[in-house]
Amino acid sequence: MQASFWYALVGGALIGLSASLLLLGSGRVAGISGVLGGVLLPKRGDRAWRALFLIGLLGAGALSLALFPEAIGSSPAGPGLLAVAGLQVGVGTRIGSGCTSGHGVCGVARLSQRSVVATAVFVAVGMLTTGVVRALGGL
Amino acid sequence: MNHLRSTLVALPTGFLFGLGLLVSGMTEPRRVLGFLDVTGDWDATLLFVMAGAVLVHAVLYRLIRRRPSPLFAEAFAVPSRRDIDGKLLAGAALFGAGWGLSGYCPGPALVSLSAGGAGIVSFVVGMVAGIYLAAAVQRPRAAEPSPRQAQANAAAGEVPYAGAVGDG
Repeated sequence: MQASFWYALVGGALIGLSASLLLLGSGRVAGISGVLGGVLLPKRGDRAWRALFLIGLLGAGALSLALFPEAIGSSPAGPGLLAVAGLQVGVGTRIGSGCTSGHGVCGVARLSQRSVVATAVFVAVGMLTTGVVRALGGL
Repeated sequence: MNHLRSTLVALPTGFLFGLGLLVSGMTEPRRVLGFLDVTGDWDATLLFVMAGAVLVHAVLYRLIRRRPSPLFAEAFAVPSRRDIDGKLLAGAALFGAGWGLSGYCPGPALVSLSAGGAGIVSFVVGMVAGIYLAAAVQRPRAAEPSPRQAQANAAAGEVPYAGAVGDG
């Protein structure tokens, strides 16, 4: 097995462990779009833990930048297209109640019917989109 | 004290989550696109990320849910909805399109923000705008459950989820 597959497996296990520790400690689901949405559109008494989770997430990125900057890559898409993609991801995860973490990891792990369906849909549409982009000549 | 602990546990878990994304290769959008592009030179890496995360969480989730409650909170706030509705499907499809165009989903995008640059900043600004836009469009129609419905949910053992719409 290639080295990148081992990194992927270990990194994935850390993600699963993180979601489990959050659940064990506070009973909450580690869905990033939901955590971010709750910081932007707060409800009483529900903002502090979300802000701390995001600070931890951003802190990991900052640490990586100092020690292993090559771990953070760039997208082949230009800033204009990335703004559009970001808008789609923001609206989509909001109305679809989750993203790769909330549905793809946490929901699929507990065999939630909604999350299994959502994950199948966003992976399929993601594949279709890259196929269409390729057919149109790439980014 | 427990409320404070329940809040503070989010900081190390957020850090660990970010570390997992970095180690796994999810913060390399070209690699993510290489997974989604099944017609090209397919990169299976992401499959291993999903497998590692889902397997670990599936096992630990079952062990943790044997407890009557979390360590520092009164109840688990795990979504209990089962219905597949149009919003779920349309939202997932729209998210998939944005993911396939950029190679970014919300977690890796936030972790990558510290690297800076016009690309990632544009994506995150768009994502934040999208969250506000969806909330603004949904607000007139989205109704809080009536007190009566909330009571029925409580009787059925459903924990009201603190997030705005649902699953995470």
